[in-house]
Amino acid sequence: MFEGTDAILLARIQFAFTVSFHFIFPAFSIGLASYLAVLEGLWLKTGKPVYMDLFKYWLKIFAIAFAMGVVSGIVMSYQFGTNWSVFSDVAGPVIGPLMAYEVLTAFFLEAGFLGVMLFGMNRVGKKLHYVATLMVAGGTFISAFWILSVNSWMQTPVGYEIGANGQFLPGDSWMEIIFNPSFPYRLFHTVLAAYLTTAFVVGGVGAWHLLKDRTNGHARRMFSMAMWMAALVVPVQIFAGDLHGLNTLEHQPQKVMAMEGHYESHPDGAPLILFGIPDSDAREVKYAVEIPKASSLILKHDADAPLDGLDTIPLDEQPPVGIVFWSFRIMVGLGFAMLGVGLWSLIARWRGKLYDWPWLHKAALVMGPSGFVAVIAGWITTEVGRQPYVIYNLLRTADAASPLDAPAVGSSLIAFVVVYFAVFGTGTWYILKLMSQPPHAHETGVKRGDTGPIRTAGITPGPTQDPGNLSPDSLSSIEYVEPQDIEPARKEDGE
Amino acid sequence: MIDLTVIWAFIIAFAIFAYVVMDGFDLGIGILFPSFAPGRERDRAMNSIAPVWDGNETWLVLGGGGLFAAFPLAYAIILPATYPLIIAMLLGLVFRGVAFEYRWRDPSHRRFWDAAFTGGSLIAAMAQGMILGALLQGIEIDGRAYAGSWWDWLTPYTLLTGLGTVAGYALLGATWLVWKLDGEGQAHARKLGKIAALATLALMAGVSLLNLFVRPEYSDRWLTAPELYWVAPIPIATLIVAGFMWHALSRDRHSKPFWLALLLFFFGTAGVGVTIWPYVAPPDLTIWEAAAPVRSQVFMLIGVAITMPLIIAYTAWAYWVFRGKVGDEGYH
Ligand code: HDD
Ligand code: HEM
Ligand code: HEM
Repeated sequence: MFEGTDAILLARIQFAFTVSFHFIFPAFSIGLASYLAVLEGLWLKTGKPVYMDLFKYWLKIFAIAFAMGVVSGIVMSYQFGTNWSVFSDVAGPVIGPLMAYEVLTAFFLEAGFLGVMLFGMNRVGKKLHYVATLMVAGGTFISAFWILSVNSWMQTPVGYEIGANGQFLPGDSWMEIIFNPSFPYRLFHTVLAAYLTTAFVVGGVGAWHLLKDRTNGHARRMFSMAMWMAALVVPVQIFAGDLHGLNTLEHQPQKVMAMEGHYESHPDGAPLILFGIPDSDAREVKYAVEIPKASSLILKHDADAPLDGLDTIPLDEQPPVGIVFWSFRIMVGLGFAMLGVGLWSLIARWRGKLYDWPWLHKAALVMGPSGFVAVIAGWITTEVGRQPYVIYNLLRTADAASPLDAPAVGSSLIAFVVVYFAVFGTGTWYILKLMSQPPHAHETGVKRGDTGPIRTAGITPGPTQDPGNLSPDSLSSIEYVEPQDIEPARKEDGE
Repeated sequence: MIDLTVIWAFIIAFAIFAYVVMDGFDLGIGILFPSFAPGRERDRAMNSIAPVWDGNETWLVLGGGGLFAAFPLAYAIILPATYPLIIAMLLGLVFRGVAFEYRWRDPSHRRFWDAAFTGGSLIAAMAQGMILGALLQGIEIDGRAYAGSWWDWLTPYTLLTGLGTVAGYALLGATWLVWKLDGEGQAHARKLGKIAALATLALMAGVSLLNLFVRPEYSDRWLTAPELYWVAPIPIATLIVAGFMWHALSRDRHSKPFWLALLLFFFGTAGVGVTIWPYVAPPDLTIWEAAAPVRSQVFMLIGVAITMPLIIAYTAWAYWVFRGKVGDEGYH
């Protein structure tokens, strides 16, 4: 098997597969960690139990998502060496230190405080527990900071020298390397993307429970919070995306040409192609639906400005157009759909029917997973758009790979595909199962050994407990009760 | 002038040592897991590491990431040379890592995730030991790339180093449980500890003996004066520590066997260090040839100097928070 297959192609598929899978989890846990910090902060401030209940509800989900993020991340940190050893050798002196900083400042912080965040409430007290939550949330952000700096440097490399042995060596300013030209845009856009991904998941779960029972105060609270995010942050994200695109036009023009589907140059105003089918053999976009001159207006802020097309770029330096063209449209389309939900929620709020508009809830439910799709589509645009280079204009992907035979790369690829779908598919299933439980008062935390929320009678109707879950085995292992569980006086807090 | 490359070699060695002993007891518990009765015993064994395993595993990321950053050429050669082992280790760690969460989420498949926990731990431990063996027996290099075949890592010697690592991790896991459990669980862990101790010592001895044959340089280093006088204390100290540990395992000692097991690993690591020095990938690649330029080394050293004390402090705090016997409190 795999004899005669291109080892480099397999290595690329393997990298794209493992990193796309990995990024699904951080995209969720960066946002969720911050959301948990907000919930716990609100609880400390207001003392309202609803926030602690929501905190515990999402904490169980966070624990699973985080574990999947960690194990898929470890794979990533070795993937550079296994499959891209030439790249590791030549780029190591520049990007290695940035990744080492990620480990030192982010991974240890997250991992060190995670245990306390998950199990430590009754051992360290409220304040220190909140510190632990903040550290985990901060750690996820710092992690994004460094890894995006690395990726951005590969997109827009600056501040390096080429050594006698062919390695990229750091110049005299690390600041120049870290804050390379595309980094601020990429960081801002990606972190917002993580927040939005989480907001839409939270909103979708809230909407689902509102559809079943619109009096559930906990579902109301989370839906409302998520819809504020959608209304306020999506416009910022679209604006950030626009700036990001302008920056890309400056530094990686052929990527933008592929995104726009501009095979040809347009000396007096380029059209904005909304849809069409890029045909790289005929070098045209078939069946194009376009708005004349709009592309020049967006990218140059002048309808008549000339815009170069891929005809100005040698063939062997062009990225594949079809993938980039489509993935870009998926992301932008979802961005505008998110905007629609956000605006709709504002209207609903204004009319006082945020919790009584089933169509809005259905829309939010459908949009629940939209963030993940947008995020992956965005990354595909970014990464495929920079091909054929892995370090832009300096190192070709084809020259970066390890001296491995196709069967080696192919077998490991199959192993990753099988294991990832099985393991992460199961984890996703467990998360969905948790999400299908309605949030309620007296939510249990991440108790080792709990088998699902223990329902308290009479607040909200919900699915009955599966008796099969209550094996003696599981009962004997319940541990670490948070003090909130035994708080005597609780007022049901809703709208 | 101080040699930054040597400093970095010690930092990486420290990270790997920290990983080996810390995730070592996690993996060891995974390896011993089937011998614990389903239900309370297993739950408590797992709960004794649930809050700390992620932090422990992060040292592996520092070891790998640090190698990439400080010795990029070594990273670029060793990983392709041990490719199938690395992939096996990573996949093993995937199963082991998710089992911590999954087994609680799905009681009807708990047996399955328990088996995944054990299988993942066993594969990861075996692969790590074999990677060490593959490194020690030598890696063929041409120019700046790995030049051997992709089965070079599979020899009787590497199988032995793999088994030695499995036994060693089991020893760490058992002694950790002696510390963290009480009652029957603890008594069981003591028994396991003794078996693992014997196996570890036997395999350590076997590997040390074979070491004298896998590369001629190694026997020169270990058997000729004057080096001999420098290195001889290592095996002697190992034996003394082993004796104390046996004693502690036979008495009602709680944390002592674990600390002695750490010490045993420390001497083991020192032995490896002496054997391999100053190569990062014997027989051709020295640490200086593989080192990153001074600017990279200095920049990272600043980071290590600032963050490492903090990391050690809050890691210690996290352990402190969960000190004591598992389940001393909180049980219904
Ligand atoms: C919730 C996710 C999400 C949403 C709604 C959007 N994006 Fe995005 N986009 C991302 C998530 C994302 C991302 C995953 O975070 C990317 C991949 C790499 C990066 O820097 O951010 C990205 C990349 C990316 C790029 C590629 C930049 C480059 O690689 O050089 C551009 C031009 C845009 N985005 C522009 C937009 C526009 C105009 C949007 C308006 C609707 C938009 N994005 C919505
Ligand atoms: C996490 C979100 C990311 C996703 C979804 C993603 C996706 C992809 C995809 C689809 C490719 C294949 C492109 C092609 O071969 O045509 C790729 C390539 C690559 N990416 Fe990313 N990427 C992500 C982040 C990163 C980061 C943070 C880095 C660097 C630290 C990185 C480094 C690389 C490298 C080295 C390749 C080389 C292989 C290649 O170009 O084919 N990626 N990525
Ligand atoms: C090729 C690129 C990447 C590599 C090598 C990588 C490496 C890793 C590693 C080793 C871990 C585990 C850390 C631990 O043990 O706790 C991890 C987790 C994580 N990574 Fe990545 N990563 C990559 C891409 C990304 C990107 C693009 C982001 C964010 C923008 C990101 C954000 C995170 C976060 C927040 C975590 C914590 C776990 C989680 O939140 O699920 N990573 N990554």
